[in-house]
Amino acid sequence: MSAHADPAPAALAPRESRLVPRLLIGLALLLTAVFVVVPMAYIFHRAFAAGYAVFLTNITEPNTLHAIWLTVLTAVIVLPVNIAFGVAAAWAIARFTFPGRKALLVLIEIPFSISPIIAGICYLLLYGRNGLIGPYLLANDIQILFALPGIVMVTMFVTAPFVVREVLPLMQAQGSEQEQAALTLGASGWQIFRRVTLPNIRWALLYGAVLCGARAVGEFGGVSVVAGKIRGQTNTLPLQIELLFQDLNVTGAFAAASTLTLIALVVLVLKTLMESRR
Amino acid sequence: MKSRLLAAALALGLAAPASAQDAILNVSYDIARELFAEINPAFAAKWKADTGRDVTVDQSHGGSSAQARAILEGLPADVVTFNQVTDIDVLAEGGLVDPNWREAFPNGASPYYSLPAFLVRADNPKGIRDWDDLVREDVKVVFPNPKTSGNARYTYLAAYAFALDKNGGDQAAAQDFVKQLFANVPVFDQGGRAATVTFAEKEIGDVLITFEAETGGIAAQYADKNFVRVTPSLSLYAEFPVAVVSENAAKRGTEEVSKAYLDFLYSPEGQRILATRFNRVHDEAVKAEFADSFPELKLVTVEEVFGGWDKVKSEHFAEGAILDQVFVNQ
Repeated sequence: MSAHADPAPAALAPRESRLVPRLLIGLALLLTAVFVVVPMAYIFHRAFAAGYAVFLTNITEPNTLHAIWLTVLTAVIVLPVNIAFGVAAAWAIARFTFPGRKALLVLIEIPFSISPIIAGICYLLLYGRNGLIGPYLLANDIQILFALPGIVMVTMFVTAPFVVREVLPLMQAQGSEQEQAALTLGASGWQIFRRVTLPNIRWALLYGAVLCGARAVGEFGGVSVVAGKIRGQTNTLPLQIELLFQDLNVTGAFAAASTLTLIALVVLVLKTLMESRR
Repeated sequence: MKSRLLAAALALGLAAPASAQDAILNVSYDIARELFAEINPAFAAKWKADTGRDVTVDQSHGGSSAQARAILEGLPADVVTFNQVTDIDVLAEGGLVDPNWREAFPNGASPYYSLPAFLVRADNPKGIRDWDDLVREDVKVVFPNPKTSGNARYTYLAAYAFALDKNGGDQAAAQDFVKQLFANVPVFDQGGRAATVTFAEKEIGDVLITFEAETGGIAAQYADKNFVRVTPSLSLYAEFPVAVVSENAAKRGTEEVSKAYLDFLYSPEGQRILATRFNRVHDEAVKAEFADSFPELKLVTVEEVFGGWDKVKSEHFAEGAILDQVFVNQ
């Protein structure tokens, strides 16, 4: 990384080359502190400013507790589905050639580039009362929007690419020799997947799942369109934070925000641990 | 905490239809959160006493036009409690609310009302008493942007109505008046709550104009700043209309409890809660009880002065209409 490791520039300008990296490192540290560390430390400071007991009262307030539960439940439903989908899609794209293979990859990646609020509005226009299949749902008393199914579906849309994007490059790099060998030895499809493919991709898979989970827990824009903001029923944790903040309940908002941040930090630690194993 | 989580899980996942349990969803405007947090338990107690059944009232709050949109798309509201007549009209046009919703409850289906009023700094150092004082050169006025805030549109219309009244209906004079008023506003915030922060926390301006229901609450919340509420001589009647969302209520079988909920807002008990939150009410006994909070003034309606909301929309708020001509956002 540093320039003085390279002999040529070091010989030409040894003084400058030491100054520049230091400057850059200093700048990076400063910006990280200003933009990331200080605001995050402040969240926890504000959350605990009035003491641990007040924090606990705020967190165990039924509506906030329900928001935490709903957020976790959403992630728990979304994760397995997206893992299964991600592995299946990566498998199909890496191991088979079929018409539309490239197009499929592009389609899967759409949620990366589309703002989540567009996903929310699409679902609204599709499943809404005046939407394409809304009237049918209404006639059959199926509540999708402004209820758990809508929240889960939008979250699924937003987090769809994470597992594929992690698993696919690894599968492509590894090639299919081992699987073909297993096939010639008479292994069944399921045996190949469980004994050969899965062990090879497991770290990438876990890494993708962790990213997917982090995104699912933090999703705000899309969910805010389809949740209906019914407190204690369809408010996820990010929505609840906004609501508490607008209620001028700053302590409550920071308590909820620190909980969400804590979840994110745990995920970050998991991610870092996995990166070292990859 | 564990047991609470479990309870939440049960409530969400395995919600078995309880025997004598009613539930309705009240979709409401943004700043009514504290109000309905107080109304709902009182109603639940009354419903229990009257019918022996339990009722939970769920709340959803947001900008009232956005809330109307969500209901049109299927948010299962049983009742709406809004701050704009036009937002319920939208639901009526969508077939969700009875077209004659204004006749379904007394006072044009508006159980309480408010009006644009003033909040000034401790001891009223600039001696602000009425709309005239707000166009003086030494007075700085704070209210939100009328292009984005319904609250500010009421302020604009009230000032306009005052100037018309004072100048014998002279439209040109009234337009000059609101132009001068706008010139005294140092910053136009997006919404009512933001304007409150500008006035109360950033300490900008000599007077804040917002609904009387808000000035009382702000004065109480910032008690240490000793703000003074000032009621002008004339202001605009601001309705807070309610309606049963009949399509949803019929489907969910909640018509009876929904109607009872809105009726409760008109009952002496409901009116008293509304009055303690600085809303003006119609019940004579409650009115007498809270007379000190609500000084008398001349109240005019949009129908009387401007010929109705449709006319206001086309003549004042449409693109290039009167508001655009007099309002220059610095």
